[in-house]
Amino acid sequence: MTNLFSIHTIRFILLLLIQVLVLSHVNFMGYINPYIYILFIILFPLKNNRMLFILLSFLLGLFVDMFLDSGGIHAAAAVTIAFIRPAALKFSFGALYDHQTIKFSSTDFGQRITYISILTIIHHFILFSLDFFNLSKILLILKNTLFSSIFTIILCLLITIIFSGTNKK
Amino acid sequence: MQQIVNFILRNKTFLLFVLLLFISLMLTIQSHSFHKSRFINSANFLSGGIYNTSNNVSDYFGLKEQNKILQEENNKLKSILYNIDKQLDTSYIDSTRFSKRYRFTTAQVNKNSYSATNNILLLNKGENDGIKQDLGVISSKGIIGIIEKTNANFATVLSVLNTTSSISAQLKKSSHFGSLKWNGNSPAYIQLSEIPKIAPVAKGDTIITSGRSSIFPKGVPIGTISNFKLDIAENYYEIEIVLFNDMTNIEHVYIIENKDKKAIENILETND
Repeated sequence: MTNLFSIHTIRFILLLLIQVLVLSHVNFMGYINPYIYILFIILFPLKNNRMLFILLSFLLGLFVDMFLDSGGIHAAAAVTIAFIRPAALKFSFGALYDHQTIKFSSTDFGQRITYISILTIIHHFILFSLDFFNLSKILLILKNTLFSSIFTIILCLLITIIFSGTNKK
Repeated sequence: MQQIVNFILRNKTFLLFVLLLFISLMLTIQSHSFHKSRFINSANFLSGGIYNTSNNVSDYFGLKEQNKILQEENNKLKSILYNIDKQLDTSYIDSTRFSKRYRFTTAQVNKNSYSATNNILLLNKGENDGIKQDLGVISSKGIIGIIEKTNANFATVLSVLNTTSSISAQLKKSSHFGSLKWNGNSPAYIQLSEIPKIAPVAKGDTIITSGRSSIFPKGVPIGTISNFKLDIAENYYEIEIVLFNDMTNIEHVYIIENKDKKAIENILETND
């Protein structure tokens, strides 16, 4: 338990620092930034307390907001995907999820892509909708969502592949 | 009563989610209104300190370029200083001549952002250095923004690249003024509206601050006109301006305090 707890604390802090110090200043093509702090939400263990999980996701989003001076947009997006995560799990892993026995490293690669993509796209859409806060800029919102999502999904997949590889050995 | 408790217990996850979502939406809405106190901001000891540490390292990478910018500014100031006419005013009273109206403080940018729609900068000077809300911030090339939040050691700046900020600006060659607003598209361009149709507008004209808001002194350079057209009602110009400042590369800035600001505001208030 303590081991599990410390892994997630370290992951929380590490992802937060990487996000605010490096990845939020990438500005690829002028505006595209990956938001990989949602990996914490994607990889959080399934069996743990759901209330705690939602609260932690909210805190993570709020910390990102504090560093990036963005009001509460990251907190809103993070808490939403934390809440709908069970539905996304069920959709992408199907029956496996019901038995609560999935390990991310042992799942099918295609299913993993679906799962990460669903959460990332929903997160980014909420994020940019609240950031622009203007329905007349829906095209700009969709464009930003699309390109940033691609960037985030690729980075998330790479990170999960790299770290699950070391775990197996 | 029993049923209410049961309901809360059954839906506690959902209720927590709704509560947290509501809090974050409130924070978001608050941050979109101009000059409402931003509750969560980076001018605190934790994020300010972390940005300060990371800036101490990343400073060195831009040292050469920043030196060049400072040298250019020195060069410009020297040429003004040595070419100045010795007698500016024909009549002045000695004691008032030396009272300075504007106080300048230098600061370093700890965090810069330009890709969001509401961009905020973090400076490494705060209340301990006499920084307050609503002071103007400029760089050697032109306007940067207005101080929004301060704590003891740090201050956040509402950048001109922020859809909620609005700054009074005018043409350099005539005194027609309008308000400067950003449409959120490109960090190199900013939009000036409410310049009357009668004003002589041409491509390449310089735009400066008007000094009407008593935040910035008159004549701080902003940019040059790249494009203009009449608005739908055909009464005012909508002007696109290329900023002199490269907002993506700012390191050293000056904070301007107008010491007469209180007096000016008092006079305006008594007039109303």
